Amino acid sequence: MLVFACQNTSFAYENRTVLSGLNFRVQSGDYLCVIGENGSGKSTLLKGLLNLEPVKSGRIIRGLPAGELGYLPQTSAAQKDFPASVYEAALSGRLGRRGFRPFYSRADKNAAQECLQKVNLWPLRRRCFRELSGGQQRRALLARALCAAGSCLVLDEPEAGLDRKSAAEMRRLLKRLNQAGLTIIMASHDLNYALKEAGQILHLQNRQLFYGAAGDYPRSRPGRKLRGGKNV
Amino acid sequence: MFSLLAEMFSYAFLTRAVIVGLLVSLCAALLGVSLVLKRYSMIGAGLSNVGFGALAVAAAFNAAPLMISIPVVVLAAFLLLRLNERSRIKGDAAIALISTSALAIGVAVVSATTGMNTDVCNYMFGSILAMSQSDVRLSIALASGVFLLFILFYRQIFAVTFDEAFARATGVNASLYNSLLAVLTAVTIALGMRMMGALLISSLIIFPALTAMRLCKQFRTVAVCSAIISVAGFLSGIICSYAYATPTGASVVIANILLFLLFWAAGLARERGFF
Repeated sequence: MLVFACQNTSFAYENRTVLSGLNFRVQSGDYLCVIGENGSGKSTLLKGLLNLEPVKSGRIIRGLPAGELGYLPQTSAAQKDFPASVYEAALSGRLGRRGFRPFYSRADKNAAQECLQKVNLWPLRRRCFRELSGGQQRRALLARALCAAGSCLVLDEPEAGLDRKSAAEMRRLLKRLNQAGLTIIMASHDLNYALKEAGQILHLQNRQLFYGAAGDYPRSRPGRKLRGGKNV
Repeated sequence: MFSLLAEMFSYAFLTRAVIVGLLVSLCAALLGVSLVLKRYSMIGAGLSNVGFGALAVAAAFNAAPLMISIPVVVLAAFLLLRLNERSRIKGDAAIALISTSALAIGVAVVSATTGMNTDVCNYMFGSILAMSQSDVRLSIALASGVFLLFILFYRQIFAVTFDEAFARATGVNASLYNSLLAVLTAVTIALGMRMMGALLISSLIIFPALTAMRLCKQFRTVAVCSAIISVAGFLSGIICSYAYATPTGASVVIANILLFLLFWAAGLARERGFF
């Protein structure tokens, strides 16, 4: 089943095109890694897929309702002094799929508990979100994204701010979720990780340099260039 | 103390004022949590000035004040919200622009028609005598509506306050709930400003939330706590106002200031580890 498809899509800020020539498809069950340098348009693409950035030209086909999507933003919009417990933040991920029905059901609360346990934050659930460390906040937002992700998870640099142990745990968790059928679209800096874990690679540099299976990437032009020493 | 209360409630107009005031302070406190966190505190102040202008125009045309001021304030709330989103003109500048314009128009209309008399003073600083029987019924109905809608959509309001982009991305209709917030705020301000006055109504929105945030760290406890603080502040303010013949609006605000200082001190004491 189709999750996202871009057809000649481009994005612009104030009439300046920042990303163009996008042509790729994400099928359900895919594990797509979006790589590229800072400012290459990774975050813009993810936001565009989620309908947070308007498309300048071309189009994006969305196969899933927004209520099925989970999202881990690169930086959280939540301000520093926001009073919210970890549990409240995670549970709010369940809202999108509830539509206009008020109140959370038992299933929602169970899901929030499960997601917090997956990121090892259940013992800290009553703590104030703003009082957590950067890595813990990141994990709390990952839990919220997991709560929201019915069938697709969109992650913008999920490892930023995590220590090595948490990062490894997160990789294992994502792998497990993907094997269970969850579609994962992730922006990342780490090429080695992308090659090892992801099924597909999308390499951006303000335009699409490469899209295809991760196995084909090292032999492609941009792949050879990168392996020539430069780090992504 | 008890005889004072019994004496107070023997006046029908005071009982009405207390009922409406309690409902309005409850709604204002609940909405205030979200508005303060969304950095919309000044919208309350801006809208009350728009309300003042609307009341002045309503008085000039001998129209029912709430019937005019509520739609006008709701409209202004939508406008301010849109301006805030587009942000061509920066949000705070837009608020200052609209509120001073409304104030100027209101003052001009009042002085051209009835002249600068006690009416103006009442609009600015509030009067508990302002509420007629039909005003009270309308106020109770609307305030209950605001309260119920807030409870029903509390989770959505939390989500768009905490992280609007995430809410939008995952299928929550953020614009709808922002609009809901705007309408509820506008109605609450239009209802409250007759009693509290245009100059003081925004404090009902800002103070309880800020006070609660000194001590509470969860959104839910902040909301509950600010509702309680707001009701307590209103009651002590109005009792004080009756006992010492002080202006109602100002007394309520002063009660809120005292509560804020109390919670602030308690928050500091907790941070230093005193309890």
